[in-house]
Amino acid sequence: MRGVLRNRLLAFAAAIVGLQVALALGAAWIAPYDPTAQSIIARLKAPSAAHWLGTDQLGRDVLTRILHGYRTSLMACLASVGAALLVGGALGLLSAYYRGWLDRVTMRIMDVLFAFPVMLLAIGVIAVLGPRAESAAVAIAVVYTPIFARLLRGPALVICESEYVAGARAIGASDLRILLHHVLPNLASVILVQASLLLSAAILVEASLSFLGLGVQPPTPSLGLMLSEGRNFLMLSPWSAIFSGLAILFLSFGFNLLGDALRDTLDPRLRGSTD
Amino acid sequence: MVRRLLVGRLLDLAVVLFGVSVIVFLMIRLIPGDAIAIMLGANTEVTPERMAELRSRMGLDQPIVMQYLRWAGSAVRGDLGVSLWTGRPVTDEIVTHLWPTLQLTLLSLLLGAGFAVPLGCLMAQMRGRGADIAMRVAAIVGLTVPSFWLGIVLILGLAALAPGFASLGYVPFSADPVGNLQRMTLPSIALALPILANLSRLVRSAMLDALGQDYIRTARAKGAPERTVVYKHALRNALIPFITSVGITTGYLLGGAIVIEQVFAIPGLGRLILGAIAERNYPLIQATILVVTFGFVLVNFVVDLLYGLIDPRVRAG
Repeated sequence: MRGVLRNRLLAFAAAIVGLQVALALGAAWIAPYDPTAQSIIARLKAPSAAHWLGTDQLGRDVLTRILHGYRTSLMACLASVGAALLVGGALGLLSAYYRGWLDRVTMRIMDVLFAFPVMLLAIGVIAVLGPRAESAAVAIAVVYTPIFARLLRGPALVICESEYVAGARAIGASDLRILLHHVLPNLASVILVQASLLLSAAILVEASLSFLGLGVQPPTPSLGLMLSEGRNFLMLSPWSAIFSGLAILFLSFGFNLLGDALRDTLDPRLRGSTD
Repeated sequence: MVRRLLVGRLLDLAVVLFGVSVIVFLMIRLIPGDAIAIMLGANTEVTPERMAELRSRMGLDQPIVMQYLRWAGSAVRGDLGVSLWTGRPVTDEIVTHLWPTLQLTLLSLLLGAGFAVPLGCLMAQMRGRGADIAMRVAAIVGLTVPSFWLGIVLILGLAALAPGFASLGYVPFSADPVGNLQRMTLPSIALALPILANLSRLVRSAMLDALGQDYIRTARAKGAPERTVVYKHALRNALIPFITSVGITTGYLLGGAIVIEQVFAIPGLGRLILGAIAERNYPLIQATILVVTFGFVLVNFVVDLLYGLIDPRVRAG
């Protein structure tokens, strides 16, 4: 019974994420207007039949900009979490496999990066690279690299001690082959769960950075930026700020629920644990 | 045993603080291109003499190890350099902007962690499929609400309900305690909600864990009242993971405060560092990151030690 329920939750989460990814991918076709088309007469309008979610201070359609904002946000977060997984995952795997000084030095460096509050390290990276969408993506990748390294090192250590890895080594498999064919596939569920949870967090960080003016720059449609622009017209027309914030919430919520449900389904040992 | 543990922890602490200082120091050297030219970019009168002067003032014309030693040496003595544009010591700038951020962080921590314990206990006692799912979804919503959006919604809501309530800006507590707390209420709530969601979920699962242990069965078997079993035996053990998480949470709060300050027009470290980035005031950016990160690391160090004192298993191991 619990199994069915978990799968139903998983299906629900996958549907939420899938829907939003589809909206992001199809933004150019689905969106009713041009995301940067301005209209002086249609400024700060409340939701109506012509503009389902209203218009912003430049008369741009809020729904259109949210759909394109999904795209901006998802692409940035997928790229940065992907890069963090690649670099951090490789470091974690190599540390677990070779141990010794490589492990000690790598993990020390990861400890140091981990010591920074997330937003502060991200702001530091952006201070160096200049406030741009690309810098924000690099910043998120830097922030999440130590998390992946630490998360994968632990389970990788256990796998490297296992008999089948010893067996593979005994029949003369190369280090690379053991890592890619024997260690990595066993980490797939951990990776999937964590990537989903970190994507959820990355969406919030990216939105925060854009909100602060440190990420995506105008006129590119971005959820965080819409919220920050809408804030200046709150008392006149709060629609742009309210809906863009809800969009950030739905996107982040979807990935978090997906990670949570995946963890239950893929790893029964972790059931009931919260982090 | 305790002493060896303490020495080990202190060594770890020293390594991390050293590493953090190296990264912050290297920041300015990692800027693509000529950092001095970029810093002076906003200035109209850039002469080669002025560039050379700034370069030597910041010590950028020396070997890198010497530069680090000089920088770290002054930092230890409380001298983190002078702000590029105002000429004021950056330490002064940080101190004047520190209090609003610190107050916001502390209030949110009190709100979030304070309510998380009773809420988590309550949640642990509600069992069953429907309740399980509802709590889970609620916790994830709490965790993924963008706090800066929540802040805006709270401002809007309060403006509609109580138009006279001052929700924006900042006045020092010493000048006007009521006005200060009034203005701190909404930002603290916005910042505390994700923490409340995270920590109450943690308390719940730790409580469920603890309630399934043998010592709870023993306590019940010897006839201890249910309230004693739950709040004395189970809660005390459940609080151990909670305390560690509270330490890590401060890092989230310090970062979140930077964003929330922008929503509520609070002149804290967030405004300081964003202003510094806009004017490329690198010494100020470096110093702010260094001070806040050191604070975060030290808080976690203390939490770690407390944890060792509370949990006899850690003390012995």
